[in-house]
Amino acid sequence: MLHIVNKSPLTSNTLESCLNTMADGGDVLLIEDAVYAATAGNAFESKLTAAMGRCKVHVLTPDLEARGLGDRLMAGVASVDYAGFVGLTASNKNCQSWL
Amino acid sequence: MKFGIVVNEGPYQHQASDSAYLFAKAAIESGHEVWRVFFYHDGVNNASRLTEPPQDDRNIVNRWTKLAEEHKVDLVVCVAAALRRGIKEENLAQGFRISGLGQLVESGIKCDRLVTFGD
Amino acid sequence: MSDNKKFMFVNRKAPYGTIYALESLEVVLITAAFDQDVSLAFLDDGVYQLKKGMQTKGIETKNFSPTYRALEDYDVEKLYVEKEAMEARGLNEDDFIVGVTVLGRAEMGKLMDEQDVVLSF
Repeated sequence: MLHIVNKSPLTSNTLESCLNTMADGGDVLLIEDAVYAATAGNAFESKLTAAMGRCKVHVLTPDLEARGLGDRLMAGVASVDYAGFVGLTASNKNCQSWL
Repeated sequence: MKFGIVVNEGPYQHQASDSAYLFAKAAIESGHEVWRVFFYHDGVNNASRLTEPPQDDRNIVNRWTKLAEEHKVDLVVCVAAALRRGIKEENLAQGFRISGLGQLVESGIKCDRLVTFGD
Repeated sequence: MSDNKKFMFVNRKAPYGTIYALESLEVVLITAAFDQDVSLAFLDDGVYQLKKGMQTKGIETKNFSPTYRALEDYDVEKLYVEKEAMEARGLNEDDFIVGVTVLGRAEMGKLMDEQDVVLSF
């Protein structure tokens, strides 16, 4: 399953909730304000790194670049553009937006 | 693959409508079909033809209209949510239609994937 | 493609502060009318939607919580509450307006995986 998250983990528990609940082996895509989770040195970095054993984490590059953080991507996160976002939606059998 | 999209937030206030549009465009460019976009909650405000953004800004409403015209995307606005928020036939932008929530359920049934954009 | 799909509605937002909970419930009722396999999941603040004893007179808003009880008439009987979310809010099963199944996170995640369509508002 593809889990789409759009909130900063520093102001909302959405990403943490997603990582805690989701079944192993899924894909997580960080879009909009959730891209802050994928930046080096942010307070949630260690939690996201810890989750990487159970899921694959992706970030929507246009949203990261728009926020001036294109050069701060933390290790282990895969970059995708909108075509990649579509691809992840198609390759997973279902998807869920954590609103 | 056949995609359905749900937009739950209004234009300009939240990035949801922009993200949904860029996703739809990318899906079509990748050879997929975007069968229907369903506008719910404050998302119904994406259908107001009275919207007038500044010249140097993107026109979110017109962008949806154009996508509908060029790629036969069905833009459906939820009637109950629209009436609550003052979106009616008389101020509905081109390419949109007002219908019931059943159209959202139908998207879930008919499409291979249903992707939601909201807050 | 089958015309009968598994729909799950994931509720993570508290009622009244925003309209999401109410408008989500409206979709649930319509989906049930389409003869789909419907389940509702309550996570995080969404758990508060089920609290019994709501008195909404003072905020001049309709109390929509009795609708959760009416879901049974629409054959919507799969209501799942995440255990960790419930406990984190000092609530237990007796606090809810309707009977629910309490699931641990892992079971909830597994259930989500099994769905065809997951809607969250």
